[in-house]
Amino acid sequence: MRILVQEEPFDLGAESEAFASARHDMGAIVTFTGVVRDRAGGDLDVMEIEHYPGMTEKALSKIAQDASERWSLGDVLVIHRYGRLAPGDRIMMVATAAPHRRDAFEAAEFLMDYLKSRAPFWKKEHTRQDAGWVAAKDEDESALSRW
Amino acid sequence: MDILYFAWVRERIGLPKERVTTQAATVSELVAELSAREERYAAAFSDLSALRVAVDQELTDFDASLSGVREVAFFPPMTGG
Repeated sequence: MRILVQEEPFDLGAESEAFASARHDMGAIVTFTGVVRDRAGGDLDVMEIEHYPGMTEKALSKIAQDASERWSLGDVLVIHRYGRLAPGDRIMMVATAAPHRRDAFEAAEFLMDYLKSRAPFWKKEHTRQDAGWVAAKDEDESALSRW
Repeated sequence: MDILYFAWVRERIGLPKERVTTQAATVSELVAELSAREERYAAAFSDLSALRVAVDQELTDFDASLSGVREVAFFPPMTGG
């Protein structure tokens, strides 16, 4: 299990390659990548991501631990960035390795659902005109009920 | 104990962190104490349903005890991913 919270960009190709090559007893690797999405008007300058140093790492480790107990997983990787990002920048990735694909897919979805509303990150959108905090969505909270 | 504020709570109160000495037994009592201090606190804590709280870096609720606690953090619902 590897949890990284960092300001600098990560190399999606290198991380995915290393993760997928690490073991020979895993038949399925799922990766998910989150990207800064521009607004409909194309006016997003910066996506600022704030986090709670210390609690962030603990919360992510707990979520990854919970996933490992629930599904048959060989490994979990979570990388999440903070700081000032631009549209198109990669914010985060998760990867799961499992003997079989269903465990890898479900665990990756579980990780993403929990990471959205239980890991202490907050997003602020800056446009040329103004800036505003991104509100949490009700559906993100209700997504947890399926687990 | 240390009190931390994040996102718009930090902006509304005007600081990221402060150290307070309090007799408050629960998070709710601490909120009442802070709200009575100044308008900017009262404004930030006016709608607790819009806030989340962590005690010693664990998400909890406003009834949580502060006994032996070192760090309390207030913030809006999280938007990771």
